[in-house]
Amino acid sequence: MAVITYRDALNQALAEELERDPDVFLMGEEVGQYDGAYKVSRGLLERFGERRVVDTPITELGFAGLGVGAAMAGLRPVIEFMTWNFAILANDQIINSAAKVHYMTAGQFSCPIVFRGPTGAALQLSAQHSQALEASYAHFPGLKVVVPGTPADAKGLLKAAIRDDDPVLVLEGEVLYAMKGEVPEDPDFVIPLGVAEVKRAGADVSILTHGKMVNLALQAAERLAKDDVDAEVVDLRSLRPLDLDRVVDSVRKTNRAVYLEEGWGYSGIGAEVVAQVQENAFDWLDAPVLRVHQTDAPMPYSKELEKLAKPSVERTIEACNRVLYR
Amino acid sequence: MAGAALERLERDELLGMLRLMLLGRRFEEKASESYALGKIGGFCHLYIGQEAVGVGALAPLRDDDYVITAYRDHVQAIAKGVTARQVMAELYGRVDGCSGGKGGSMHLYSAEHRFMGGWGIVGGQIPAATGIGWAIKYRGGDQVCVCFMGEAAVNQGAFHESLNMAALWKLPVIYIVENNRYGMGTAWERASSLYDISQKACAYAMPSAIADGMDVLEMRATMEEAIERAREESMPTLIEARCYRFMGHSMSDPVYGVYRTKKDVEEAKQTDPIATYIEGLKQADRLTTEDLEALDQEVRAEVDDAVQFAENSPLPPAGDLHRDVYAQINDHGDLFFEGVGAPDPALGRAAGEVAD
Ligand SMILES: Cc1ncc(C[n+]2csc(CCOP(=O)(O)OP(=O)(O)O)c2C)c(N)n1
Repeated sequence: MAVITYRDALNQALAEELERDPDVFLMGEEVGQYDGAYKVSRGLLERFGERRVVDTPITELGFAGLGVGAAMAGLRPVIEFMTWNFAILANDQIINSAAKVHYMTAGQFSCPIVFRGPTGAALQLSAQHSQALEASYAHFPGLKVVVPGTPADAKGLLKAAIRDDDPVLVLEGEVLYAMKGEVPEDPDFVIPLGVAEVKRAGADVSILTHGKMVNLALQAAERLAKDDVDAEVVDLRSLRPLDLDRVVDSVRKTNRAVYLEEGWGYSGIGAEVVAQVQENAFDWLDAPVLRVHQTDAPMPYSKELEKLAKPSVERTIEACNRVLYR
Repeated sequence: MAGAALERLERDELLGMLRLMLLGRRFEEKASESYALGKIGGFCHLYIGQEAVGVGALAPLRDDDYVITAYRDHVQAIAKGVTARQVMAELYGRVDGCSGGKGGSMHLYSAEHRFMGGWGIVGGQIPAATGIGWAIKYRGGDQVCVCFMGEAAVNQGAFHESLNMAALWKLPVIYIVENNRYGMGTAWERASSLYDISQKACAYAMPSAIADGMDVLEMRATMEEAIERAREESMPTLIEARCYRFMGHSMSDPVYGVYRTKKDVEEAKQTDPIATYIEGLKQADRLTTEDLEALDQEVRAEVDDAVQFAENSPLPPAGDLHRDVYAQINDHGDLFFEGVGAPDPALGRAAGEVAD
């Protein structure tokens, strides 16, 4: 298997799906001539032309909505948001339109659209540009939400998203684009939505997580191993549908869990997972499930404050030790 | 129009504008150095080339007028009176910054100077500007609100909704579109079906004007008319200021190569607003070489002082993390949520504390 970046894995997924299905097109700010603000769409304009790879004005609501209409009329749009912070302008179209089309038309229309782009904090981009928003979207029935944490997952999940008949949101980690990993070359490699993956098997505590935090969880697990704690890392990959079985299996095995996420904890993904765990694995739990997440404030600019605000390997280790009563 | 202003204005005023333009330019050159050294982080958008717009537009304002803008905000903040020290300290993320180190380059704010920011989402400031105009009129004041935006923001729905309300309710807001030709890497003609932005005002029955944004005196004269219209008749104006961005969109965007050529940029630099203004002042005998040297030295000293100040300003304390999330901390129930077991790195806030 080739070792490529997360960015190139997404690029491959887009190229292969554009190649496979003439109804797929890519649209967004700077996706064409500029090769993408984060270079995910590099070379696609040249290869597929202006009909398939379309630069838009800075009109998130407008082009997201255009995508919804195009999808209802039979195309399969991939809408890139320069970052998910700007997708908030398009939330009306994502939430009020895309999520509801199939249901309110009693299945007469569907909305096979992908909304994708980078999410989460990078470095010192401050409050309006450093938000991990997946929890807010996972709230809405009718939407599917995936958050790849590795290059292979990025490719497999994006391809599955494009082939899916419902609106799928792919939230990519802004700081993951340069991350390298093995990625299958098979053009039919897809990762089904709703399948979590155990990224590291362990016996003592489950670190449940998704997206960019997978890497942090693995680092925490390595450090815990030095202290003779064998942590299991479960990457949800898909937040809706949620692979509850895999989560519950892990908790039943380790009897202790920590949820690690980049976004805020309040009403976060961890809140949902903890509720599900206590409903489905209460008798197996030896400690309350703890959560590690961004501090409960908008992201500050100052480098030192920002570091304090973000979830960290140290805080993850500390939470694991707490559920182990160590 | 510019020639008449040269006759009409006092020498102090003319040189004051030159001073601000020079200060803006030197300030940003320094900021870009500090950025390269890693002392400033995040996104940083420079205004170099556009100084005539901000300085010319704000020169005829009163202290009690309001200004609101997007993320390309350093020079506009300084032209509204925020000190170079306060702005530089903000870029450094220090407590003495005008946003306490929490905002950074894109989010400069100063209540004292009625500088309302510093907005990072394209178009986000436009409805807020309209609201400030609403508040002025509501209270029966005669202030104005000046709202800067890039030309790309004009395509946002927020622009349309805001201008319609401003004209409908006759609000004293002056919307200045800084048409620097590019929204990031997209040339204006690739993003808008209508080339002439000032024509959009017709859709709202709003007065409009086009100004040469490379000419500080023309910019000022155009603004004076708009200010009078806002103060006397409480009517908004849409001004299209045609200008050019000499640097990349942000620090990570090359100056030329992808969406414009070196030749394009070099040609535009022939109309450098500072050089042109200096030339004009000299020709009209309003500026000597000695004046210019003195100004330049003064401005450089001010920038060096600002850097020193920023370097010496303390980092925000950990407790600042939760300060100012809310204006009022309730006594009943906890507004903050840190999870049951997760250690809070910054438990500096006092319960029941009211942020100042
Ligand atoms: C809603 C939204 N979409 C996208 C962005 C990313 N972005 C930041 S600046 C910019 C270009 C804006 O150009 P313009 O409004 O002309 O202002 P200029 O940068 O030229 O001053 C883009 C696309 C954003 N900040 N907000």
